[in-house]
Amino acid sequence: MAANEEALTNVGQATEETGEGTRMGATVNVGQAERWASAIGGGALALYGLTRGSLGGIALALVGAALVQRGATGHCNLYDAMGYSSAEGGGLRNSENVSVPAGRGIKVEKSVTINRPPGELYRFWRNFENLPRFMNHLESVRVTGEGRSHWVAKAPAGRSVEWDAEIYNEKEGEMIAWRTLEGADVDSAGSVHFEQAAGGRGTFVRVVLKYDPPGGKLGALVARLFGESPEQQIVEDLGRFKQLMETGEVATTEGQTSGRSVATKEQTSGRSASAGR
Amino acid sequence: MKALCWYGKTDVRVEDVPDPKILNPRDAVVRITRTAICGSDLHLYDGFIPTMQKGDILGHEFMGEVVETGASVTNLKVGDRVVVPFPIACGECFFCRRGLFSACDNSNPNAWMQEKLYGFSGAGLFGYSHMMGGYAGGQAEYARVPFADVGPVKIPDGLDDEKVLFLSDIFPTGYMAAENCQIQPGDTVAVWGCGPVGLFAIKSAFLLGAERVVAIDRFPERLRLAAESGAITINYTEADVYDELTALTGGIGPDSCIDAVGLEAHGTSIGAIYDKVKTLMFLATDRSTALREAILCCRKGGTVSIPGVYGGLLDKFPFGAAFDKGLTFKMGQTHVQRYLRPLLEHVVRGEIDPSFLITHRMRLEDAPEAYKIFRDKQDDCIKVVLKP
Repeated sequence: MAANEEALTNVGQATEETGEGTRMGATVNVGQAERWASAIGGGALALYGLTRGSLGGIALALVGAALVQRGATGHCNLYDAMGYSSAEGGGLRNSENVSVPAGRGIKVEKSVTINRPPGELYRFWRNFENLPRFMNHLESVRVTGEGRSHWVAKAPAGRSVEWDAEIYNEKEGEMIAWRTLEGADVDSAGSVHFEQAAGGRGTFVRVVLKYDPPGGKLGALVARLFGESPEQQIVEDLGRFKQLMETGEVATTEGQTSGRSVATKEQTSGRSASAGR
Repeated sequence: MKALCWYGKTDVRVEDVPDPKILNPRDAVVRITRTAICGSDLHLYDGFIPTMQKGDILGHEFMGEVVETGASVTNLKVGDRVVVPFPIACGECFFCRRGLFSACDNSNPNAWMQEKLYGFSGAGLFGYSHMMGGYAGGQAEYARVPFADVGPVKIPDGLDDEKVLFLSDIFPTGYMAAENCQIQPGDTVAVWGCGPVGLFAIKSAFLLGAERVVAIDRFPERLRLAAESGAITINYTEADVYDELTALTGGIGPDSCIDAVGLEAHGTSIGAIYDKVKTLMFLATDRSTALREAILCCRKGGTVSIPGVYGGLLDKFPFGAAFDKGLTFKMGQTHVQRYLRPLLEHVVRGEIDPSFLITHRMRLEDAPEAYKIFRDKQDDCIKVVLKP
């Protein structure tokens, strides 16, 4: 566990999804040149607004003042909301060993208790090619080399996203940590932990995922509104993982019969037509 | 095959739909020989239950003959007669291992819908909305039964369908309600509501050693069946329930009280009940709802057992009375799987014949009419059994 906490810090300071406004307020997310432009332009705008002496002028002066503050502090609330940064290195990977830079991305942590031993769950998960069996948004995972794999996932609007990942830390039977490699459509880093649960209740499985959503935090917010938040996705994935490991199958109603197909009269009465059954 | 499909409020139709098929290794397909309409189906019929979709197949009380089994089902074979419990349970999770089958962790593919409403999700149920799993129900010629190696109980030859059909829901539900009362010798048990679950609760309370059972309802036909089962009856439109119960128990109150009515008594809308309840509370009349009355009538330190279905929020709940008297509350969806075999034994030994409450036998094709008759309590309707 300790090893992983360290690993996560490595990929980026642990950033909670909510309640971090104050901490983020202190960070610099505007580039040096842009800060000067912001301060000078804002100053000019404020002066111009004040000389006009009208209501509109006061509004201009206020906008100008906000730009001056943005230039002086190097922090932009709008960029923050968008999960964007023009500060040096902010929009780029600042190191080969970092998939989601500090101050960027969204962290999600979810857990489930599964009535099976930790080792069994670990081994199943460690074969990444098993993951699409319970992670519905994954199309495929292909192991490409020692600790390396290629992932294809369904994206909104019928598109798909792909990335290569590597295991950068693992502890046999306890923990696996992975991160995306250069060129990923979505940068992410995650880990899964298998701990013996108390009282013979099986295994406490915990997933920590940090990802940099396309469109920044604003994009993530919009995705959540449309029910495609990774947080919900992980909850459901873990539920299916539990089903698969405890019962050997994933509960489903997909493909079952209903009166919805009545209009089309498709494939009715295969069995009931065969009399005598 | 033919199946009763839901298309909207009071709009159910028998349609030709595709036959069910095996979707998972632990599934079986059953050819249904008898199926029943449950009081809780009326909540769907009257449009109270959210997350229904047009075309959903209803029905959660059914039995039949196994016609196909999935690769992992080894305990059943084609031709076996089985009764299918209404909750779907995996048998492997924390809850199933403790006999809490209706709290199964693994059988509801739409668990997230319930989690949003209730915090955690219970088992998937047959034919009872998408929030409860969205499984096609058994008011049909065939049904797919998930976890068929856990739920269905095999029925010995020579036992009539009608004698065992109610093992699927209402008999175990009435039984669990009585069991939850932890009946001691000399106990008096009061039962609100003498519909099928109430009637089974009365019979079960006697099976479990109750000295006396008092049955409360307003329909003469139901009260007659309750009396035939050995209960003392109170028609609440003619007598004061609290006064009667205290008189019967020497001023102590019943040792336990069973609310077999639930949220949507008498087929009125939730909104109507809510308004009525509010009005009644402010006027402080004597026509309170079953649960409130049960709480007030129950003796100190007694148990209130609730098999009646509740779905949302309760208003004007007399929690002060419950607290001060130190009542115990027991409730929940029935863990049917736990009771199937012991109750089947009671039937086999002839100690109980569950078919006593069937008033209507109809064809599956007539199901829409049957819903109407049952809802409106026409012809003293207590229980409808359908034959596909």
